[in-house]
Amino acid sequence: MAAVEVKNLVKHFGKFQAVKGISFSINEGEIFGLIGPNGAGKTTTLRIVSTLLTITDGSVMILGHDLAKQAGEIRKLISYLPEDAGAYKNLTGRGYLQFIVNFFDPKEHHQMLDKGIKITDLGNRIDDRVDTYSKGMMRRLLVGRALMTNPRLAILDEPTSGLDVINAQEIRKLIKTTATSGTTVLLSSHNMLEVEYLCDRIALISEGKIVEAGKPRTLMEKYKARNIEEVFIEVVHE
Amino acid sequence: MSGLGNIIKKEVRELLTPTTFLPIVLVAVIFGALGSSIQGIQENAMTPPLIGVIAEDTGSFGNITSTILHTNAKVVYNSTSGADQQAGVDAVKEKNGVALIIIPQNFTDRITHGERGTLEVFWVMKGAGVFDSISSSMLESLITQINTNISRTLIKGNTTANATFVLSPTQSVQTTYFKNREFVGISPNIIINTLSQQSLLMPIIMMMIIIMAGSIVITSMALEKENKTLETLLTLPVKRTSIVTGKIVAAAFIGLLLAIIYMIGMGYYLTGLGATGGINLAAFGLVLTSIDFIWIGVSLFVTLIAGLSLCMLLGTFAKNYKSAQTLTFPITMLALIPMFLTLFADFDTLPLGLQVFTFAIPFSHPMMAPRALMFHDYTLVIAGIVYVSVFAIIMISIVVWVFKTDRLITGGTTKYPKLKKLFSRRRF
Repeated sequence: MAAVEVKNLVKHFGKFQAVKGISFSINEGEIFGLIGPNGAGKTTTLRIVSTLLTITDGSVMILGHDLAKQAGEIRKLISYLPEDAGAYKNLTGRGYLQFIVNFFDPKEHHQMLDKGIKITDLGNRIDDRVDTYSKGMMRRLLVGRALMTNPRLAILDEPTSGLDVINAQEIRKLIKTTATSGTTVLLSSHNMLEVEYLCDRIALISEGKIVEAGKPRTLMEKYKARNIEEVFIEVVHE
Repeated sequence: MSGLGNIIKKEVRELLTPTTFLPIVLVAVIFGALGSSIQGIQENAMTPPLIGVIAEDTGSFGNITSTILHTNAKVVYNSTSGADQQAGVDAVKEKNGVALIIIPQNFTDRITHGERGTLEVFWVMKGAGVFDSISSSMLESLITQINTNISRTLIKGNTTANATFVLSPTQSVQTTYFKNREFVGISPNIIINTLSQQSLLMPIIMMMIIIMAGSIVITSMALEKENKTLETLLTLPVKRTSIVTGKIVAAAFIGLLLAIIYMIGMGYYLTGLGATGGINLAAFGLVLTSIDFIWIGVSLFVTLIAGLSLCMLLGTFAKNYKSAQTLTFPITMLALIPMFLTLFADFDTLPLGLQVFTFAIPFSHPMMAPRALMFHDYTLVIAGIVYVSVFAIIMISIVVWVFKTDRLITGGTTKYPKLKKLFSRRRF
């Protein structure tokens, strides 16, 4: 069974068509990347899959649940990390993680919290208020929040956005490890190197349409490109 | 363009939004309508008072009194027999009059013999608001005028009586009928003052809770958006109804807490006021029982939920903390309007249009409940609770529906693009 099955997905905002009938599927345990320029429809697609936006047309099945009818069930299985997410500024890092954990099975609270603290790697600063965190610390906290709940599908919008090279590298390793343990990952990124390193398969999206999809290596061979960036330019300029 | 001009242009464009203007326009329209209605009440109250007169005395001072009353008031019942007292009161009640005045047989005799003449005044009180007291105040000024005229006549007649008597040759014995009760020896103004003091507490509590808790709810939604926490919250395994209810209950709790702290001080203040005058309402059976307090509590509770649901709905329009501050304004106005209306006039004595308007504002009901319960008007209180409950259910349903749409994330796409264009167009 595919973890995510998107068929002919269409999304309108008034007269503006943000997504124009895209289709793709993601296998369980796979890391799937949506790549495209600003305004291509990546974030809209991720927001739909994460139950935030409604569908204009088409269908989305997530782990056997119909998104249009079973959004509540889907929310128990997914975790979404928005690109420009924040945390409650009056809480400490630990307090924020605890607040999130409280929405899940009480038997798993301890394990989830410990995992979250480990992922964030904030040391003693985990007990400081969130409004004292740097941008990098905030992003690590949010990645920890997204992955600590052992989601079956993690939807990550620009997961390394705003992080320096070292922090970004750690987060990438973490995403790889998470997928190895069975979590399916759907991510978007501008960073082609990151995509090449992380993703089992990718879809290139431009102006609301998927213009190419496949394994990074296969696509590079197909377009005789040295990296995904060249593939992307080749496809978009075709 | 100069630096100053550039800054002004940018600031004006930022502030010239529908969120800034619509609440103010709405409030201006409401105040305009209110002004016309209140003017109507005032004009109505300023017309000569409708009274009944029983003139048993045919002496000179009796005639002075009768003439002043007939000249300055509209007499709707006339008699010369004290036996017609009940018929007179009934006639005044039927004609929506202010009072029946009896000039007793011995009125002139007593004054002539140096004793104060006694006028018997039977007031028919319609409401206990400030405007309701205007008619009775006009009649009281007529009684003062009668006293002055008789005094003047006595002075002209070179009376040898003492100065204190000459300056005050009349007195009045008053009985007030209000909501099927008889208050012997008490004038309407004393009842209005006492009831105003007694029922001032609830409107202030309600207003404080709504303003405080309402602004908490609206700000909470705005901060979720400003701090970018809303998207995460909406993808967590928690029902939309739980998010809405959680925010409302928390705000209600904080609002109540703040209101209690505020009211401790206000309670002392009102106790001080109560000690300076008024009557013991309990002596007339006007007390709130424990059952009445339960009704007030229910009314307060459902109103709080309804009000906060409305705030929650407004909060979904708030983009950030700044716009949230603007959105609290209409809520503040909606809490203040019934507070002043209930002080100015009784619900029963308001014109139909204002009655509908007052009833439609959920915050009016707990403000009106204590006085209504004191006079056993359960219909108004129960109807209010039912209405406010339905209002709350509708509001919560709308809020939950909004939470299920794209509006919270995208800010919504307007069905009136021309209006949106008008506000967002570059004008400079």
